[in-house]
Amino acid sequence: MATVPIDLTVNGRGRSLQVAPHHTLLDVLRDDLALTGAKECCLVGECGACTVIVDGRTVDSCLMLAVEADGALVTTIEGLAAGGRLTPIQEAFLDEGGVQCGFCIPGQVISAHALLEANPHPTRAEIEEGMAGNLCRCGCYQQIIEAILATVEAAHP
Amino acid sequence: MPVGRTAPAPPAPGTVLPDTPTPGPAPGRGPLRREGPAKLTGTALYTDDLVFPGAWHGATIRSTEARARLLAIELDPAFDWSKVVVVTAGDIPGPNIVNSIQDDQPILATDEIRHHAEPIVLVAAPDRALLRQAVGQVIVRTEPLAPVLDPLASDRVFVHYEIETGDLAAGFAEATLVIEGEYRVGHQEQLYIENNAMIAVPRADGGVAVHGSLQCPYYVHNALKRSLLLTDEQAQVVQAETGGGFGGKEEYPSILALHAALLARACGRPVRMIYDRHEDIAATTKRHPAVVRYRSGVAADGRLVAQDIEIVMDAGAYCTLSPVVLSRGTLHAGGPYACPNVRIRSRAVATNTPPNGAFRGFGAPQTEFAAEMQVNRIAEALGESPLDLRRRWLYRPGDTTPTGQVLRESVAAEEVLERAAEAAEFERVRARTAGDRAQRGPDARSAHGIGLALAWHGAGFTGSGEVHLASVASVELTADGRLVILIGSTEMGQGTKTIFPQLVADALGVPMDDVEFAPQDTALVPDSGPTVASRTAMVVGGLVIEACRRLRAVVEERSGGPFADTYRADAGTHGATRIDQHFRPYPGVDFDDTTYRGDAYPAFGWASAVAEVDVDLDTGEVAVRSVVAADDVGRVIHPVLAEGQVEGGTLQAVGYATIEEIKLHDGRYLNDRLATYLIPTALDAPRISTILVEAPFSGAPHGAKGIGELPMDVGAPAVVAAIHDATGVWIHDLPASPERILAAMDTLVRR
Ligand code: FES
Ligand code: FES
Repeated sequence: MATVPIDLTVNGRGRSLQVAPHHTLLDVLRDDLALTGAKECCLVGECGACTVIVDGRTVDSCLMLAVEADGALVTTIEGLAAGGRLTPIQEAFLDEGGVQCGFCIPGQVISAHALLEANPHPTRAEIEEGMAGNLCRCGCYQQIIEAILATVEAAHP
Repeated sequence: MPVGRTAPAPPAPGTVLPDTPTPGPAPGRGPLRREGPAKLTGTALYTDDLVFPGAWHGATIRSTEARARLLAIELDPAFDWSKVVVVTAGDIPGPNIVNSIQDDQPILATDEIRHHAEPIVLVAAPDRALLRQAVGQVIVRTEPLAPVLDPLASDRVFVHYEIETGDLAAGFAEATLVIEGEYRVGHQEQLYIENNAMIAVPRADGGVAVHGSLQCPYYVHNALKRSLLLTDEQAQVVQAETGGGFGGKEEYPSILALHAALLARACGRPVRMIYDRHEDIAATTKRHPAVVRYRSGVAADGRLVAQDIEIVMDAGAYCTLSPVVLSRGTLHAGGPYACPNVRIRSRAVATNTPPNGAFRGFGAPQTEFAAEMQVNRIAEALGESPLDLRRRWLYRPGDTTPTGQVLRESVAAEEVLERAAEAAEFERVRARTAGDRAQRGPDARSAHGIGLALAWHGAGFTGSGEVHLASVASVELTADGRLVILIGSTEMGQGTKTIFPQLVADALGVPMDDVEFAPQDTALVPDSGPTVASRTAMVVGGLVIEACRRLRAVVEERSGGPFADTYRADAGTHGATRIDQHFRPYPGVDFDDTTYRGDAYPAFGWASAVAEVDVDLDTGEVAVRSVVAADDVGRVIHPVLAEGQVEGGTLQAVGYATIEEIKLHDGRYLNDRLATYLIPTALDAPRISTILVEAPFSGAPHGAKGIGELPMDVGAPAVVAAIHDATGVWIHDLPASPERILAAMDTLVRR
C-alpha cells in the first residue's frame, strides 16, 4: 500500500516517517514509535484514553489521521516526566489516590497538564468541564480533581 | 474508626520511578500506590503494549443470529488461504468446552448457535489488512431457529434455590399491612477502560503461554489444560497490567485465551487478540438482568413478619457463573433485616442472548435494589421515616438470617446507617425537601430529593466455597535474602500490589520496601483462589499474614534475634525458607450446600448510602449531587485505596441507577459502542463522602472483610429513593431513565 511521508516532533525529538494514509496518530505513536503510553479504548473519541497534545491542544489521537499531524509538535505522556522525575501533577495524582487500574491515567494526566498550561488557576467547575472528555471507570474523578487543585495550590501558594 | 482526610501538602517533585523504593507514606494515609509511578508515566505495560516479534493478529467470526442451526463453514476458494490460518471446532485437541461450573459452553459453536456474537470460526494472519480480507472470505451458512428471549418464558433452568424459614402463612396471617412489588433491573456492562486482550505464545515444550488482561490466572490455566490437553507446566498464564476488571475479566478471559492459544498452535507463532470496544461490548459478559417480586407483611406493631420473594435471573445462553451469582443474589434478597418468616425462591434461566457473568456485587445489587425499594415503600405506607423504619428492623448481633445463620459478631448495620444518616443530615434535609414539595407550584422546573439505603454483603466465597477453593498463599525468604510474596491474586486497580507488601512488612517488622511481590504467573505463584468476591484482602491477606507469622517464628527460633535484624544472615546460613499457607476453614462456620442452611458467609460487610439528587421536571433528567457512603470493611488496611474503592463502586452504582442500559433487539445488543452505552463522566460524578467503619472479623488475623462490592449494593436504591423524594414517583425498573421518570410523573398527575 502507498505510504505518505510525514515529519513531526514527538516529545522534542524530530521524526520522519512513512505512514499509511488511513493510519491514525494513535496507530503511529503506538506501532511505529513504540510510545504505548497513549491507550486505545473506544476509537470514536468518547473516552480520552488516547489523549495527546498536538501543537498545544489536546486531541483524541484515535480520531486524528497521522498525515494530519504532519509538521506538528506532539507531546505524549512519555514526554512529561523528563529525566525520570514525576511532574508536580503526576506527584499529586499519586498522593491523592487518583490512580487505580491506570489505563485511563496517561490521558487524564495529559489533559490535566494541558488544562493547567492553558489556565493556571482553574476553578473546580472549570476542572470538571476540562476533564469531562476523559472517562475513568475506576471512578477516580474526585481524586483527580483534588490532585489538580492541589497542584494549583502548590504552584501558587 | 472513621478515616478523615487530612489535607496533605503534595510531596515535592522528585518521586522516583518504578523499581526503586516506594515513596514514603503521608501519615494516616497509607503508603503510595506501588505501581502508581509506572502507570502515571505510561511505562506500565498492559497486554496491547507487549511486543512479541513475529506475532500474528487473530480475529473471531461470530454469529449474527440469536439462534440458528450451523449448517456449514465455507472458505471462498478464490482467496489464497495459504498465508493465514483458520480454526474451527474440529481443530480443538480436547473437549470443546470452556471450563466453568457446567460443561455447556463451547469454545467454538458446532451444530447450534445459541446467541448473537457467539464465536464460530477463528482466523489469524500476519497483518491486520490481510486478516480483514480473510475474515471477509469466510462464509457461515445457517438456518434460523426460533429464539427464546424472554426469561419469564424460558423453561430451561440452569439452577434454582429455595430458602425457607419460619411459617410464611402464619406470618402473613399476622400482617396488617401487605406490600407487593415487582422490580426489574437490566444488563450492566463492566466497561473497564481496557478492552479484553490476550496474546498466546507457543512454548518449546509444545504448550502455550498466554499473557493477558485477567483477574483469575488459574481459571485460565485450568481451561487451557483441559481443552488443549496440556500439563500444569505446558499451560502458563501471565497477567499483564490489567486496566480494570470489575468481574468482567473473571471468567471471560478463559474463552479468549483458548481462542488465542488455538490460533497460536495453528500458526506456530504468537497471536494477539485485542478486542476493540465494539466487540468487547457485543460479545462479553454483563451483569445479569433480573425480575424480583416481593410480598412483605408488617404486623400492627410495625414488625416485619413475612417476606415472600421470587427472583428470576436471565443467565443468557450459557451457564457461566450463574449458579454463584444467583446464590449470592438469593442469600442477600431479604436485605439486612430480621424477619421470622421468609421464603426466597430463585432461578437462573437460559435465553438466546449473550451469556451474563460476574460484575461487582455478583447478584446482590440486583436483589438488594429490590429489597430496599420494598422497605422504602413500606415506610411510605406506614408514614414512617425510612431511617426510623430501618432502625427498628436492621440486624443486630444475635439475630438469625433466613438460612439460620446466627450473626454472632462483626455486625455493623446500625453503625453504618447512623453514621451515613448523621453525616448527610438525612432527617433535616428530608424535612426541607418535604416542605419544598408541599409548596411546589405547577411551573416548578426542578426538584431536590434525598434517599437512603442499607445493605449487607457476605465476605468471601459463598457457603463452603472457600473450603472447596483450598487456596494457598506463600511467603519466601530467598537464599539471597529477599522477601517475596507469592500469590495468584491480581492487581487490577484495587491496590493488591500495595496492601500485600504493607501487610507483610507489618507482620515481619521490616520496611515495606524490603518486600517484593512476585508477578502473577502460574509458573511462579500458587493458586490463591480467584480475585473476586472482595475476598483478596480478607482471605488471601489472612493467609499471607499467617505465613509471615510462621516464617518469623522459624527464623527467630534459629537466630535467637528479632526477624528484621537476622533474616538476611539466616538466608545466608540456611538458604531459602518458603512457607506455603493453606486455607483452613473458619472455626464454627458451617454451611450445607444441599439444604441452603447454615452460615452462608463467615462474616458480612455492611453499607449505607444517602444520596441527594436534582430532577429536572421538564426532561426527567437526574443529576446526582452527593452521596454519603458509610461502609464497614472490618479493618481499614489503606485509607486512600479503600476510599478509592468506595468512590469507584458508588459511581458505578450511580451509573446503574440512572443512565446505564443495554437495549436489545432480537437478542442483539443495540447500543454496543461507547458512544451509545453511557457511563458517568467527571461532570456526572456526585461529591462522594466516604466513611469507613471498622467492625473486625475475628476469623481473619487482621480483621479485614473486603470492600470492593459493598458500595455497589446501596447506590442505586439510595438514588431511586431520592428521585421519589423529589418527585413522588417510584421507579421500579433500572435505570431510572428520563423516559421512565416522565412516564411515572405523567401517571401520577393523571391520577
Ligand atoms: S480511544 Fe480515542 S477517545 Fe477513546
Ligand atoms: S484508573 Fe482505571 S479507568 Fe481510570
